[in-house]
Amino acid sequence: MKNVQDIIPAVTQHEYREGFVTDIQQEFVPKGLNEEIIRTISSLKGEPQWLLDFRLDAFSRWKKMTPPSWGHLSRLPKIDFQDIIYYAAPKKDSDRPKEIDPALQETFDKLGIPVGEREVLAGVKPRESVAVDAVFDSVSVSTTFRKTLAEKGIIFCSFSEAVREHPELVRKYLASVVPVGDNFYAALNSAVFSDGSFCYIPKGVKCPMDLSSYFRINASGTGQFERTLIIADEGSSVSYMEGCTAPMRDENQLHAAVVEIIVEKDADVRYSTVQNWYPGDAQGRGGILNLVTKRGLCKEGAHLSWTQVETGSAITWKYPSTVLQGDGSTSEFYSVALTNNWQQADTGTKMIHLGRNTRSRIVSKGISAGHSENSYRGLVRMGKGAFGARNFSRCDSLLIGSTCGAHTFPVIQNFNNTSLVEHEATTSRISEDQLFYCNQRGIGPEDAVGLIVNGYAREVLQRLPMEFAVEAQKLLAVNLEGSVG
Amino acid sequence: METILQITGLHASSGGKEILKGVDLTINKGEVHAIMGPNGAGKSTLSAVLAGRPDYEVTAGSVTFMGRNLLEMTPEERAWAGLFLSFQYPVEIPGVSITNFMKGAVNSKRKALGQDELTPAQFLKLLKDKMSMLKMKGEFAKREVNVGFSGGEKKRNEIFQMAMLDPSFCILDETDSGLDVDALKIVADGVNSLRTPDKSAIVITHYRRLLDLLRPDRVHILKDGRIVRSGGMELAEQIETKGFDSVDG
Repeated sequence: MKNVQDIIPAVTQHEYREGFVTDIQQEFVPKGLNEEIIRTISSLKGEPQWLLDFRLDAFSRWKKMTPPSWGHLSRLPKIDFQDIIYYAAPKKDSDRPKEIDPALQETFDKLGIPVGEREVLAGVKPRESVAVDAVFDSVSVSTTFRKTLAEKGIIFCSFSEAVREHPELVRKYLASVVPVGDNFYAALNSAVFSDGSFCYIPKGVKCPMDLSSYFRINASGTGQFERTLIIADEGSSVSYMEGCTAPMRDENQLHAAVVEIIVEKDADVRYSTVQNWYPGDAQGRGGILNLVTKRGLCKEGAHLSWTQVETGSAITWKYPSTVLQGDGSTSEFYSVALTNNWQQADTGTKMIHLGRNTRSRIVSKGISAGHSENSYRGLVRMGKGAFGARNFSRCDSLLIGSTCGAHTFPVIQNFNNTSLVEHEATTSRISEDQLFYCNQRGIGPEDAVGLIVNGYAREVLQRLPMEFAVEAQKLLAVNLEGSVG
Repeated sequence: METILQITGLHASSGGKEILKGVDLTINKGEVHAIMGPNGAGKSTLSAVLAGRPDYEVTAGSVTFMGRNLLEMTPEERAWAGLFLSFQYPVEIPGVSITNFMKGAVNSKRKALGQDELTPAQFLKLLKDKMSMLKMKGEFAKREVNVGFSGGEKKRNEIFQMAMLDPSFCILDETDSGLDVDALKIVADGVNSLRTPDKSAIVITHYRRLLDLLRPDRVHILKDGRIVRSGGMELAEQIETKGFDSVDG
């Protein structure tokens, strides 16, 4: 009889189904990073002077900064920033500039991403439509349902387009939540960002459909530097989802994104991520280095909810955070992070309470298998003015096998003695007893691990929009194929 | 008589210590056999070995189950072939509802047997039928598997799963332990209601009270890894009044 240790490797090895490469003509800027490259990117995108100045300012700051080294990420390599191509875009057919290249259409079809307006996300019959902004390497190739949304005054387009069509909004909000010099990778992104999504929900409008962005890395030797800006004006609400995949390669590829969310008075934003970047192979070769900064600002009575399912990337360095500036604002962070083989994840959140009676809740579920390292890192800060503020945090870790690691680094800073902070943490294993119990009922080892892991993550998964939840459940099970613990 | 289970000269050890020292037992179709014995006699080891629990090593002997070599089968293959173990200590699986757990179990078995999986509607009907047969409340199926269950609820859940999977051969491993008289009655009624002429069972227990309700065909006394005496209900009565020491071994 196989025991847990033997079954784990069998359950954790699996094919990365999204690992194909699209054969398409692309244009690139030369490899490396300097002022000239930044000017080239800016001019390729036809940007105004103020945005070029913004980039150059970011670049000069970035040059003086050093990469953060505090993450529990021993396998994060020293990145040679001169060895990366910062812009890659599919060539446009000059005869048909408005149409999507059939090869791109096929790529997104294969990924289950509807770049047309007929069907919706990944294999599930939708209850309602989802508007999609599809980004391929450095450019957005399609944004759907724009007319339907425009009827309500909602702007949903690529970031580049927003710069052209709505410069006043971009200028007002860009870097208002994540300042240019916030951290090394945010500064880098501010200098070289290519495309991403832009979304504006006007006052009092409830967005009639879920919005989503899908990021695809294709070209080799390139990095992806997406920039996303979401603005929910007073009393509005929107549910936003984000997904991503990349080809399998032996090289590491850099993904350094910045996402900023402004949640005005009494507005409500739900932001969901299913992160499935290529995680590298079973020996730890290749995979995406996912080093991203995501942050939201909540005004009075506003609500921002983060839900993330992180299953991909060789390295994940990511802390979706909320600044609870307005009185009575609330935020949640629900996370499932799964690492397998040689993956390493250092992820968590920051809840910065500034306003009175602000509330936040953190539920983090880490799952480690193989030789992976999985860390929760969080900051809960109660500012001087955070009278009556509250936070509740729970960090659970699940270990599969005995060669992986799980860690929690929670930091609490409390400057207001009327506030209340609670923290709970647990560590558990999938036990032989649980597996045997499932096996005895006829559920084989791999299905049993999938079932147990999904049960463990249920509290987070059930917060995802339905189409996404189904996808996430499958991902969790499939990413543990070969790993039964 | 058709033989369901044939155990011959079974030796098994755990952690290097020999626990079963030559067990012989034959169970025919439709028969219910009780196995009684003092603590440490090897009762639970026997059920673990039959169900294929890891960490138990069979060192000698053979077990034939419905004509197949049971010891070569994985635990799930044994389950698909119709073997069901009612656990002495049912395991908690947080976050997994009984509905989902049973859906996984029922459909895994159907898949293995080359049958179509049940549609959600068919599955829910089966779930409802079995729950009402065992007089269980609707919210039960939504609960997480064994999480926060009382001892009695856990054992009832085992019997419910038995009903759902409709096995041809059951092992009830100390299903009566930790139950009060009322809970014991409920569990025994459940087992009796599932009894048919072509189902067989082993009932492992310390006490006679469950046997009074189940009326086994044979009673065996397991002592120090061997069956030392076999007989009818009178053996259970003897144990109740005179103890295991009254049986030679």
